[in-house]
Amino acid sequence: MEAVKQDDWQTVCTRDDLVLNSGVCALVGGEQVAIFYLPDTDRQVFALGNRDPIGKANVMSRGIVGDLQGQVVVASPLYKQHFNLETGACLEEEGVFLPVYDIQLDGDAVNVKVAG
Amino acid sequence: MSTRKILVVGNGMVGHHFVESLVGLKTADDITVIGEEPRPAYDRVHLSEVFSGREPSDLALATRETYENWGVTAHFGDPVVRIERARREVVTKGGRRFSYDKLVLATGSFPFVPPVKGADNKRCLVYRTIDDLGQIKATAKDSTRGVVVGGGLLGLECGNALRNLGLETHVVEFAPGLMGVQLDEGGSNMLRRKIEALGVRVHTSKNTQQIVEGESSALSMEFSDDTALDTDMIVFSAGIRPRDQLARESELAVGERGGIVIDYKCKTSDSDIFAIGECALFGGRIYGLVAPGYRMAEVVANQLAGEQEASFQGADMSTKLKLLGVDVGSIGDAHGRTEGSISYVFSDERAEVYKRIVTSGDGKLLLGAVLVGDCEDYDTLLQYFLNEIELPAEPESLIVPAAGDKPLLGAAALPMTATVCSCHNVTKGCIIEALDSGCCSLGEVKSETKASTGCGGCAAMLKNVVEDELSARGVVVDKSICEHFPYTRQELFHLAKVGEVKTFQDMIDGHGKGRGCDICKPAIASIMASLWNDHVLELPHVGLQDTNDTFLANMQKDGTYSIVPRIAGGEITPEKLIVLGEVAKEYGLYTKITGGQRIDLFGARQNQLPEIWRKLVDAGFETGHAYGKALRTVKSCVGSTWCRYGVQDSVGMAIFIENRYKGLRSPHKLKSAVSGCTRECAEAQSKDFGVIATENGWNLYLCGNGGMKPRHADLFATDLDDETLIKYIDRFLMFYVRTADRLQRTSVWMDNLEGGLDYLREVIIEDSLGICAELEAQMAAVVGTYQCEWTTTINDPEKLKRFRQFVNSDEEDSGVVFVQERGQIRPAQPEEKIRLVASSK
Ligand code: SRM
Ligand SMILES: Cc1cc2nc3c(=O)[nH]c(=O)nc-3n(C[C@H](O)[C@H](O)[C@H](O)COP(=O)(O)OP(=O)(O)OC[C@H]3O[C@@H](n4cnc5c(N)ncnc54)[C@H](O)[C@@H]3O)c2cc1C
Ligand code: SF4
Ligand code: FES
Repeated sequence: MEAVKQDDWQTVCTRDDLVLNSGVCALVGGEQVAIFYLPDTDRQVFALGNRDPIGKANVMSRGIVGDLQGQVVVASPLYKQHFNLETGACLEEEGVFLPVYDIQLDGDAVNVKVAG
Repeated sequence: MSTRKILVVGNGMVGHHFVESLVGLKTADDITVIGEEPRPAYDRVHLSEVFSGREPSDLALATRETYENWGVTAHFGDPVVRIERARREVVTKGGRRFSYDKLVLATGSFPFVPPVKGADNKRCLVYRTIDDLGQIKATAKDSTRGVVVGGGLLGLECGNALRNLGLETHVVEFAPGLMGVQLDEGGSNMLRRKIEALGVRVHTSKNTQQIVEGESSALSMEFSDDTALDTDMIVFSAGIRPRDQLARESELAVGERGGIVIDYKCKTSDSDIFAIGECALFGGRIYGLVAPGYRMAEVVANQLAGEQEASFQGADMSTKLKLLGVDVGSIGDAHGRTEGSISYVFSDERAEVYKRIVTSGDGKLLLGAVLVGDCEDYDTLLQYFLNEIELPAEPESLIVPAAGDKPLLGAAALPMTATVCSCHNVTKGCIIEALDSGCCSLGEVKSETKASTGCGGCAAMLKNVVEDELSARGVVVDKSICEHFPYTRQELFHLAKVGEVKTFQDMIDGHGKGRGCDICKPAIASIMASLWNDHVLELPHVGLQDTNDTFLANMQKDGTYSIVPRIAGGEITPEKLIVLGEVAKEYGLYTKITGGQRIDLFGARQNQLPEIWRKLVDAGFETGHAYGKALRTVKSCVGSTWCRYGVQDSVGMAIFIENRYKGLRSPHKLKSAVSGCTRECAEAQSKDFGVIATENGWNLYLCGNGGMKPRHADLFATDLDDETLIKYIDRFLMFYVRTADRLQRTSVWMDNLEGGLDYLREVIIEDSLGICAELEAQMAAVVGTYQCEWTTTINDPEKLKRFRQFVNSDEEDSGVVFVQERGQIRPAQPEEKIRLVASSK
């Protein structure tokens, strides 16, 4: 595996800016990234595209998170489709995906990898 | 061969059922129906519900279109006056002639009015048709007291109607007891006690001599024992007489005391003429119930379709009723007249319950039963009776409220031939067949078999049979709210309340599994709010809310929000109106008057919400909860303050109600309205709870709904004073909050409430569950801890953090693009967006 290049990552906010078991939105390299904070999972943080491909508005960070049949998901606040937080896949509509961003917690810093 | 002409005279319940059955058998006959009443057949059995708010049109069994679609010719409002048997023709009052090959008489019966002098007064009425109902209502308007003559089943039903119309009600009976046909003396006495306790005066052994003009009231009835009774109106309900005139005049055989004589094929003395329903006399007997009439109709239809064996064998006359809210049941030989029979009687005068069973001499078979005040055992007893099931060794155990070990006749124990629904002749076998052919729920079985769509008396039994059979097939009737909690909302509410659970985490740790989802999280957040009323944005609750609750505003299609400040009762000062205009102008918001008498400002971005609300709060506005499953609006009409017809201050009451219940979180949204008089300009009858002013106070209507499936609210209580009105609403709302399913409006809740409106009255007015004090206390707690969610939010920096568009930037969402239309903004369409974004680059 390729070593993570330090300058690919951008610190977007601190843990304090996140909302427990819910989402916020960050602007990363001109793109809207929805960041979800589930501290009782292994990864704790998840990052997906903020645009709802079905409702066609930038709202995913405002959805409710939870789990369905073992998958950690967020529900679109517009029409309630669920998206897997790890893979971005839509549970209701095959072939529909949200972009997935690399994200990590470094102490209290929340880092997101900037595309290419 | 030309098509056979079938002519049906009379379009009542039985006449209609005949046509429906024959059409269903696809015989290719030419069918013509002639009805005297101006409208197609309707449900006479439920006529009284019109007094408690049901529309006459809801009772229709058929419309003109129904018949058209069936290819049946139908004429209404023109009765047949003559049968010319030799020519096989009938003639109507309007002079029209119709020929027939087979004639079916379904002319029903008429109410018997005893030949008493003065009974032709225009304030003396009868009760059988929708038109009669209109007259009763009209006459009741300027009456304070009403008398029903006749203490039988129909008379008592009519008594209830008068009581619902707000009259002081009296029942006058010739015999020594009430419902003498169906009840024995003990049952009849208990019924009387219960009815009198409800404020209805009962006078038995009274023979009316004449009716004269009264002094203090419109009429006065004089009895043979020299007593008299003043009243403003009289409704005769002293039995029915078959309408056999046509048959009589065309020399068909009729009974000595009336009724067209039929054989077991339902044929009259002319083999081309049938008679069915209440006009027919079979085995020396008139069957005054709808189920036997339906059987006759089916027998004739089947014969005409070529099935020679079809025959009428007489019918069971057992009945279960709720008269004036009192449960009454009568089965078979209620009086124990069968030779050698034995009776067991149970009577509890304190609880006002009377039960009697009549068995064969050897105690093995049930011959009859009487139940007053408690009909719980009715279904079981009826099955023993109808199916001749051998009784347990100690038959009395069936009616004695023993310590819980009553031998229950479960659905599984019923034979396949057991009749579950006698109105539509549905046996257990039919139900199983329906399930075999793919029905998987109670609703589907109902529409497939029609069971429980007649008098409704079999609803509980049907439900048992269906659920029992489904679970025998391994179908789990799963009522869990979602995969995280194996409970219904009602059960979760109970668990949270009893365990004093205050957070979602504790709830899922204690009673569920996993992390929850967008179904259970908002549902539990709502339960927490109803119970403990914390701010919805407190940390443990914030992630549970739907976006609308999170941002205290309604999300629109483009991700912006709308703002709906509370405008209680729709009343607003010019100053406040100006503030709304100024704020809308400053932020460029689209402005619209809503259907709920308030003003909606659209197109606010998430990050603008707090600033906008600060301005609104400063000007004295509060949140309108348009985003929450909570009280929305209480609409009002202008009422007595300005309107020339108003009889109470509807605006004042609406504002009071709105302020009292604002902030109450509930299973679904709640809407209300208050009208200042019966003209009902506020449309209160379409609301979850509606209030209409009367001369004496307020009428309360419950469980109405507009929206997808409109439902008229039911009249719940009349002429309430302010205090009682609020007390009932408190209890009603909290009872609903406690027991409804997730996202179940009050209308659907009511439609699923076992026992319906009567049960609700028992719980709320009579406190039958003994919980009213608790419901009121709980409401008082919610009212007392009200806070405007927006006022609290704008004063709490921690809560405001959530409203940032981006955690790391002050930029705005570039996906939100507006264009102008009719002088205001609207979200751009996708094509417009592409164009606008391209041109701005
Ligand atoms: C704004 C308004 C339309 C308008 O411009 O007039 C409106 C707008 C919405 N209605 Fe409504 N309803 C509005 C009056 C009504 C009315 C009329 C009334 O209240 O007098 C009804 C029928 C009456 C009733 O509810 O019984 C009504 C029946 C519905 C329904 C169907 C409810 C049902 O039981 O069938 C929904 C869907 C739902 O709640 O699940 C709904 C849902 C909605 C939602 C919340 C849909 C949504 O999720 O986006 C809309 C959001 C409003 C917003 O963004 O502010 N709206 N809606 C009205 C707000 C009134 C207010 O001041 O609060
Ligand atoms: C208030 C009330 C409550 C009741 N409750 C119950 C109950 O709980 N359970 C129960 O089983 N039964 C109940 N019944 C009785 C039930 O309604 C009747 O058994 C049933 O309606 C009989 O149907 P039918 O078609 O024989 O008569 P109807 O329904 O009376 O129909 C006869 C029709 O024929 C028409 N007609 C008569 N003569 C002519 C003519 N010459 N030409 C054309 N048309 C003519 C009449 O106008 C009428 O529309 C109740 C009745 C009433 C009034
Ligand atoms: S409901 Fe009656 S009182 Fe109210 S505005 Fe209409 S007419 Fe006037
Ligand atoms: S018995 Fe009347 S509806 Fe079933």
